[in-house]
Amino acid sequence: MNYHWNWQFFLQQTDDGLRYYEWILSGLGWTTLVSLGALALALVVGSALGVMRTTERRALVLIGDSYVDLFRNIPLIVQLFLWFFVVPELLPEVLGMWVKQQLPYVATAIVGLGLYTAARIAEQVKSGIQSLSRGQRNAGLALGFTEWQTYRFVRLPMAYRIVLPALTSEAMNVFKNSSVTYAVGMLELYFQYKQIIEKTSQVLEITLVVTLLYVVLAFTMNRLLGWVERRTRVPGLIAAGQGGH
Amino acid sequence: MGDFDFSVIAENWAFLAEGLRYTVQVTLVAMTGGIVLGTALALMRLSSNRLLRRFAAAYINIFRSVPLVQVILAFYLILPLVLRLVTGQMIPVGADTSAYLTFMVFEAAYYAEIMRSGIQSVPRGQVGAGYALGFTYAQSMRYVVLPQAFRNMLPVLLTQTIVLFQDVSLVYAIGATDFFGAADKITQRDLRPVEMYTTVAVVYFLICFALSRLVKRLQTRIAIIR
Repeated sequence: MNYHWNWQFFLQQTDDGLRYYEWILSGLGWTTLVSLGALALALVVGSALGVMRTTERRALVLIGDSYVDLFRNIPLIVQLFLWFFVVPELLPEVLGMWVKQQLPYVATAIVGLGLYTAARIAEQVKSGIQSLSRGQRNAGLALGFTEWQTYRFVRLPMAYRIVLPALTSEAMNVFKNSSVTYAVGMLELYFQYKQIIEKTSQVLEITLVVTLLYVVLAFTMNRLLGWVERRTRVPGLIAAGQGGH
Repeated sequence: MGDFDFSVIAENWAFLAEGLRYTVQVTLVAMTGGIVLGTALALMRLSSNRLLRRFAAAYINIFRSVPLVQVILAFYLILPLVLRLVTGQMIPVGADTSAYLTFMVFEAAYYAEIMRSGIQSVPRGQVGAGYALGFTYAQSMRYVVLPQAFRNMLPVLLTQTIVLFQDVSLVYAIGATDFFGAADKITQRDLRPVEMYTTVAVVYFLICFALSRLVKRLQTRIAIIR
């Protein structure tokens, strides 16, 4: 094969004075920032929606269900473009201008990716709450808890621990999905990948390196949450037996 | 909001429809190829041959931990290199063409995991019964296990296909003109982002929402038969 392998280019200087490996590191930083920010937002919004969908209030269930239907049936890249190019036009003019000119891109990207991920988290939280026996809520109410307190002290602590494996794979998905934010101007890992290919044409080396980095990110997230899973496992459940390995 | 201009959509409808046709085409090709390839990978992953098992596991794990946009771009750039290596001459591969292969290969990893859990959901006795009838391994898979696995997993396979249909929008990364790509190109020219992106979102939503409701209905039907 007459492909010209060259691993040294990573140390070479780029146009802006940095070296190529520094571009990669900075991309890695943005990827981590956007992903963790979106994940935090998704956990908050997704939990609220998941809880709403298990209540007995029709209106709350309807809002939660509609949200999930809406955000799961539009591609992520289209959602991001809506947040960046359509929503500011629909806002009152002063607010729209502020979003377009003052608000940092990363905030909009985190909101877009976070609200997209929230729909998936809501599904998991809902199924976690629904997997609990009815008696858990009743026992809480019998102790004099309000409906909200049964969520806060009885049902959610159990539900989270039951769906933690599913949340782990969502957390890994966020890192992968964050690559789409390059399309709205984030200088994250995929953007740097694309840019380095355009500058150097060393497709194979950079593909290997970036693929490896994404695998490492996913693996780190997996181990981190695996550790949380072991620390918080509920004694006596079938799943608890597997956590120890 | 008051100046939402429907005529922009009407004028460009043919171009958008052409993009949508491409999106559907890639989805169908990748679904068919992906399920075939995925089933083969699932069988390899469950095989008693350690080498096949390792290969399938590595394939599935790598593709499942890498972002799709990166795979789309990497395939687009690496495919000509591979073709040159095999045939010895430069064969240009367009973005539209390379997307078919990329999605087939990428989605196979996801379909493989679905088919694996489908195969594992078939009781072990079924395989034994196949062997007792004198079937070979291939025959008991072909006539006994796979039909049941496929039927049990049909809703999940279709849900994955809806995800695939949405993911085709990521060919934006290599500039292919799918449904979203068409809308984006019109936006670059006419500068009507609100009309174009909203149209894409609404059409995607209507199609995917309707399909996911159908899958849900199918799921309850299958559940009753079982």
